Amino acid sequence: MTDTADNGNRMTGAEIVLRALKENGVEHLFGYPGGAVLPIYDEIFQQDDIQHILVRHEQGAGHAAEGYARSTGKVGVMLVTSGPGATNAVTPLQDALMDSIPLVCLTGQVPTTLIGSDAFQEADTVGITRPCTKHNWLVKDVNELAGVIHEAFRIAQTGRPGPVVVDIPKDVQFATGTYVPPSEALASKSYTPKVDGDLKAIQAAVELMATARRPILYTGGGVINAGPEASKLLRELVELTDFPITSTLMGLGAYPASGKNWLGMLGMHGSYEANMAMHDCDVMVCIGARFDDRITGRLNAFSPNSRKVHIDIDPSSINKNVRVDIPIIGDVGRVLEDMVRLWRALPKKPEKAQASEWHASIETWRARKSFSYKNSNDVIMPQYALERLAEATKGRDTYITTEVGQHQMWAAQFFGFEEPNHWMTSGGLGTMGYGLPAALGVQVAHPEALVIDIAGDASIQMCIQEMSCAIQHNLPVKIFILNNQYMGMVRQWQQLLHGNRLSNSYTEAMPDFVKLAEAYGAVGMYCDDPKELDEKIAEMIAVKAPVIFDCRVANLANCFPMIPSGKAHNEMLLPDEASDEAVATAIDAKGRQLV
Amino acid sequence: MNAHQQPTGSAYFISPETAKVESHTLSVLVTNEPGVLARVIGLFSGRGYNIESLTVSETEHESHLSRITIVTNGTPTVLEQIKAQLERIVPVHRVVDLTVRAGQLGQERPIEREVALIKVAGTGESRAEVLRLADAFQAKVVDATVGHFIFEITGKSSKIDQFIGVVKPLGLIEVCRTGIAAMNRGPQGM
Repeated sequence: MTDTADNGNRMTGAEIVLRALKENGVEHLFGYPGGAVLPIYDEIFQQDDIQHILVRHEQGAGHAAEGYARSTGKVGVMLVTSGPGATNAVTPLQDALMDSIPLVCLTGQVPTTLIGSDAFQEADTVGITRPCTKHNWLVKDVNELAGVIHEAFRIAQTGRPGPVVVDIPKDVQFATGTYVPPSEALASKSYTPKVDGDLKAIQAAVELMATARRPILYTGGGVINAGPEASKLLRELVELTDFPITSTLMGLGAYPASGKNWLGMLGMHGSYEANMAMHDCDVMVCIGARFDDRITGRLNAFSPNSRKVHIDIDPSSINKNVRVDIPIIGDVGRVLEDMVRLWRALPKKPEKAQASEWHASIETWRARKSFSYKNSNDVIMPQYALERLAEATKGRDTYITTEVGQHQMWAAQFFGFEEPNHWMTSGGLGTMGYGLPAALGVQVAHPEALVIDIAGDASIQMCIQEMSCAIQHNLPVKIFILNNQYMGMVRQWQQLLHGNRLSNSYTEAMPDFVKLAEAYGAVGMYCDDPKELDEKIAEMIAVKAPVIFDCRVANLANCFPMIPSGKAHNEMLLPDEASDEAVATAIDAKGRQLV
Repeated sequence: MNAHQQPTGSAYFISPETAKVESHTLSVLVTNEPGVLARVIGLFSGRGYNIESLTVSETEHESHLSRITIVTNGTPTVLEQIKAQLERIVPVHRVVDLTVRAGQLGQERPIEREVALIKVAGTGESRAEVLRLADAFQAKVVDATVGHFIFEITGKSSKIDQFIGVVKPLGLIEVCRTGIAAMNRGPQGM
């Protein structure tokens, strides 16, 4: 390296951070300043390429970065200070780990000389975040900083995506070192994710699929993570094979809800037809999903007569919960490409009649209308509210985020997603408080789009402080609260499991959400009359500012259908069968021990 | 795993394990960097796996590689999962289940050896007895005074257990064991 070139690459650690972010394509950064990151914030102040979005709590920064990542397919980036800044980031890190969301979290750390001395705002950040990240680093040498940040971006977004943490002591931010561009950074040799599936296994899968009389495609978040092209290929595969398709909560939108082969979501609150088809199928093709316990129900009764194909980029997902017959390790997009090609090349395609009985069975199950509910003229039913919301947003570029609970399941059941990357929800970790900051992240990435956080009255209060962030950054997100005055899902479980003793699940002191919105400088709306709902929803959508919509719904509505604890897919509790007695006895003593 | 016999009645399905629990020895090649051992151990504690023995040391200085030898136990499904989870750790280069590998090579077990330092009180008549036993076990005296011996003994864990057992009544003071070092027989590396 010549002297001049060297001089151009000599800079402080804080400058290295900003340059590395820029060269990794970062345009937005979600964060909160503090003592141990002040040098980096000083650099942020002196540049215009990267926009910093100031949140009100580090958890908000993490979920906003997640929403940003999930709606764009890019890496979400957050910046927080040492100690409490880092510990507040733990929840979104674990959330991103469980939902496989690419996230780079930069944390400040006390100066290297003070590490281990119980210094002010010191925490063992790499120790605390080790189990909730894909990988993490403490950078003690400024000359390694650029390389580590580049590697952090590579690891976060390749293979099975996930969160990473780079912990940067304050003295390293001040120190002068050499910047290395991404092209010259050393990639760790031990990390080489496999993206191409084994062609023999894919061929075997295609041959098995061709013999199926009762096939089903069971898809998940892996399809979304593999990029828009993977969703296109999935649609093509469905078109070619005419297989019925269901999806996990995480995978909604990869196949359109309006598509003719769509069975609806599967699992604990999935549709009757999806779960029955999973139970009775003879060939199951799992694409980028992981046989989670909310999906399988009782494992020893899970799809007992099927041969199973499992496509996943993470080898540890294979045979973890359910043993499969044909594992295919690789990127869903690449594998689907091969699968579509090999299906086209089949010497003899299966006859239409081969699966005709199967399609007839599915129609019988579908006719049970498992998402039906009894509507009312006097109170707004939560399902009705979501149907009307979905109707009002049709034809618009709409992104939905949710909090966690009944409203989340109803949103998944009733909204009907047509495109990937338009549905952001905390699936694996089930983080209440996710929806509002995630919506902010989505709105930052898509300033012109309609972004709605479908919320519950309890969840929304977990990160309500981010209203302030919405106002500051002109992010006109719409918060649609299904307000039933209860922690609805907790109450539903108490009814099912604990003799309807509603221990601490009623919120006795609810804020006035309209005034709360106004206090933040946003618009507050209220509706408790089904006849006024459409008009008010239209008004909410028209407002060019953040809105909190307090939608008062029936207090005691339950979320059905449901696979009660300890039951199999074909033992669902359907809404028309869910009498008080059936609900009270749905879960036996053994099932009560664990949720 | 979905073929298990007994229902437990919960969506968090905890199956009464019917498959046989086996003890396996894993060799894990890792980049020698700060925190790598914590990642490996954290994986075992976090996911509820067992560690019977753990040995770690740098084996290739120039390429910054360390070799971790872990003796663990579980059903074949769990052991397969442990290997897959270990391979997910970023600084892990390779994981070989030496016990499985030995089976593939037509051998009963991999070569597994342990070193122990054993301090025994030895005065009067028992002194001669201790030395006689040590000789029988090929334990080497590495330190001694008129009142004690420290023996160095190498071998299979069962041999060391046995030696400790026989010197115990003669005045065992303390024991330090390294844990198991292991590799497969034959010309191939891991």
